[in-house]
Amino acid sequence: MDLIFEKSKQGRSAVDIQPNDVPAVAIEAVIDKKYLRNELDLPEIAEVDLIRHYTNLSRRNFGVDLGFYPLGSCTMKYNPKINENAAALPGFTSLHPYAADGLAQGNLQLLYEMQKYLCEIFGMAEFTLQPAAGAHGELTGVMMIKKYFAKKGEKRHRILIPDAAHGTNPASGALCGFETVMLPSNAEGGVDIDHLKSLMTADTAALMLTNPNTLGLFERNIEEVARIVHGKGGLLYGDGANANAYLGIARPGDIGFDVIQLNLHKTFSTPHGGGGPGSGPVGVGKALVDFLPVPRITKMEAGYFWSDDFPDSIGRMRAFYGNFNVIVKAYTYIRSLGAEGLKRATEMAVLNANYIKEKLKSYFELPYDRICMHECVFSGKRQVAESGVHTTDIAKRLIDFGYHPPTIYFPLIVPEAIMIEPTETESKETLDAFCTAMIAIAGEAKANPQQLKNAPLSTAINRLDEVTAARKPDVCWKGN
Amino acid sequence: MDYTPHTAADIAQMKEFIGIASLEELFADIPEKFRLKHLPDLPAALSEQETMTLLNVISGKNQIPRLTLTGAGAYRHFIPAVVGHITARSEFYTAYTPYQAEISQGILQAIYEYQTMIARLTGTQIANASMYDGASAMAEAAVLSAKTLNRNKIITARSVHPAYRSVVRTYSWANGYEVVEIPFNKSGQVDLTALQKELTQNVAAVLVQSPNFFGVIEDIAPVADTVHEQGAFLVAGFTEGTALGILKPAGEAGADFVVGEGQSFGNPLNYGGPYLGILAAQEKFLRRIPGRLVGATVDKNGNRGFVLTLQTREQHIRREKATSNICSNEALCALAAGIYLAALGKNLQKLALLNVQKAQYLKSQLLKTAGWQELFTAPVYNEFTLKCPDPRKANEKLLQEGISGGYELQNDYPELANTLLFCATEMLTKEDIDSVAAILK
Repeated sequence: MDLIFEKSKQGRSAVDIQPNDVPAVAIEAVIDKKYLRNELDLPEIAEVDLIRHYTNLSRRNFGVDLGFYPLGSCTMKYNPKINENAAALPGFTSLHPYAADGLAQGNLQLLYEMQKYLCEIFGMAEFTLQPAAGAHGELTGVMMIKKYFAKKGEKRHRILIPDAAHGTNPASGALCGFETVMLPSNAEGGVDIDHLKSLMTADTAALMLTNPNTLGLFERNIEEVARIVHGKGGLLYGDGANANAYLGIARPGDIGFDVIQLNLHKTFSTPHGGGGPGSGPVGVGKALVDFLPVPRITKMEAGYFWSDDFPDSIGRMRAFYGNFNVIVKAYTYIRSLGAEGLKRATEMAVLNANYIKEKLKSYFELPYDRICMHECVFSGKRQVAESGVHTTDIAKRLIDFGYHPPTIYFPLIVPEAIMIEPTETESKETLDAFCTAMIAIAGEAKANPQQLKNAPLSTAINRLDEVTAARKPDVCWKGN
Repeated sequence: MDYTPHTAADIAQMKEFIGIASLEELFADIPEKFRLKHLPDLPAALSEQETMTLLNVISGKNQIPRLTLTGAGAYRHFIPAVVGHITARSEFYTAYTPYQAEISQGILQAIYEYQTMIARLTGTQIANASMYDGASAMAEAAVLSAKTLNRNKIITARSVHPAYRSVVRTYSWANGYEVVEIPFNKSGQVDLTALQKELTQNVAAVLVQSPNFFGVIEDIAPVADTVHEQGAFLVAGFTEGTALGILKPAGEAGADFVVGEGQSFGNPLNYGGPYLGILAAQEKFLRRIPGRLVGATVDKNGNRGFVLTLQTREQHIRREKATSNICSNEALCALAAGIYLAALGKNLQKLALLNVQKAQYLKSQLLKTAGWQELFTAPVYNEFTLKCPDPRKANEKLLQEGISGGYELQNDYPELANTLLFCATEMLTKEDIDSVAAILK
């Protein structure tokens, strides 16, 4: 498809600007010429062609509304439409962030209540809604941990991170000046207790744990893990990427987590927007409340107010208060479902993952054959050995069957990983059809491996040359 | 409301297939003592209609000003209809990050076009797919500079948005970097002499903003020269994107990084978020910058296509050695910005000029109020500062008429007592401005 620049023609525009209605001043009289630009190189295009350009682009994009999207660790559940309508209410979209608190009582009430709901669901003492995404929440959480020890006068420079963790975990630790130490998993895919005991030293600040882990398995020894970490004066950080596995069933705060970051765009049904915006609230136990980012909401008799007056705070993580409009969608979701609905969502998510696991385990290698939580992880090892077909070929072939592929090659500890997260919003018919496709692909791998290597066959663009893309980077168009 | 489609019969069949008698068995790995005996204490579930009624009630508790004279980092602009119609297409908004390029060409090409438009606007060679917001983009550019140069001091102009400086301090503290502020001069621009004094050999980055927090346009070129003499990087920020429609791009004037807030490009005020962090840079930083980058390449049939590229900078490949931890960004806001910029095209310049006209007129009318006077002498875009006898009272008067007034600078700048920062965009008519002046008289 042509680029918008290639469709540009001098003199066209999709938006006109009304004439100036105030007494005009000469621009050079108010802004010296040296500050002004010579040319403005933007596309010129008529409205109808602009709409067709982007509409045609949208047809080359796959979203949850088009079909099953079992992208492991990303919780691509259906995004209820009422969430979009609620967030689009002019009362929510039109307010300036510096509007006086008195004008923003609806927004402040919603944010305050959202914090309370999250505290109740996750068993934490307090939440901040400021972080803009999960990784931003991680950074916020790790900074609070740093501040906590700084305040105590303890020098702790290490953070432990399991080898199965998301890459954001070590990157977040490093971005806060911590040395990150890799904690190997045990044969069951869980925390290796002996390793933890030896690595959990007095200069270790925290263990960052994703629970259930990226294999979709709940940490059976979680109580002992928490005891070991706390026993050395450390803190237990929870990556809430997989929170869809336990809503209404268990609470990280009860289990011993001191900090947890969420992803509202995963667990609480807000759409991911093709890469964002997300929202990454962070919950903390009592010991860390003082370090939460500012501003924070306080509730008083006269209403809700922002306050900056928290001297031990880590400060601000971004301008203003967070991805407010995303939070409105998550709030709408919680109010729609209530506690019972959240619990049912979790139960159905876990049921669906186990159903897929059982249906596919005789066709694809299942490295950890036990009850899983909200997602299951297979390995494409067998297909590699039998027919030289790799996980990426299986994934690309799934596209021809009308599905978004699962997460592949993650977690790193499973070779040729295929990580499937069905979520609760998929029907049995959808799951059955997906499994039928996976089984058919397993058959094709044996009978006609080339078919898989050529896949996808149904898309406008085939597999792309990523090596050249990285070797000769072209990230901005240099034409006209 | 319940979005799970299973019937009781479906559940029974699936349980049987898995080999469990009850759903509780699925949670057997969670130690018994941690399994909740009671549901969390939340308000009861609501029907769709009840939910919508509730959200209407809550949003109705907000009071939306009839007119706004407040800018200060978030701007009320007209959003052309095309923007919302495209971003509401669920092929875009219900997609995840484009990991599978073959079925993500839509967002990938749109982001590639966005990156190109941003690079052209900022006078740089490269732009990433977006950051969280202008403030975090600036903080990441500062941290990246320090890591790249292995230096530990960041200088920020005091005329940079106070919240942005605050975010820079947060990120810098976590990395052990020192942050020093340099003052503005009488014209409202960076004090070059003070900058030279602070520019020691351990300075990694100097952060300025243009137009700065006071609306004043900075003279970037001499600042860039000064910064580069000490081998440091210049990070030039902005909060009002439409200014780029007429101003000489900071990248052309010598900035190493141009970072800013793209909310003005087709994104609603939304009480502060989601917004759009813009990060652009000179070519030499291509393999260092944080965040997603979309690159053009070809498929095996020779067709042009787009992929996420240079991912060895990123956390999922490089883990603790990544240049940032950013994963999700603000793709949909970037899409909105791309549509907005393509829709306006060269009319962005017309729009920017109109903003200048409105601001000049608002300023001239406010200056007719007894005791009000201009503070800075340097040129401004669509914001300006005025000293007045009683800013709080002035704002109260305006608010009584449904007008959101100027931003009070005193909270962030004790040295600027009794000073208001005003903003005028294309949303104000002459009649609106005249009514403001009449109210304040």
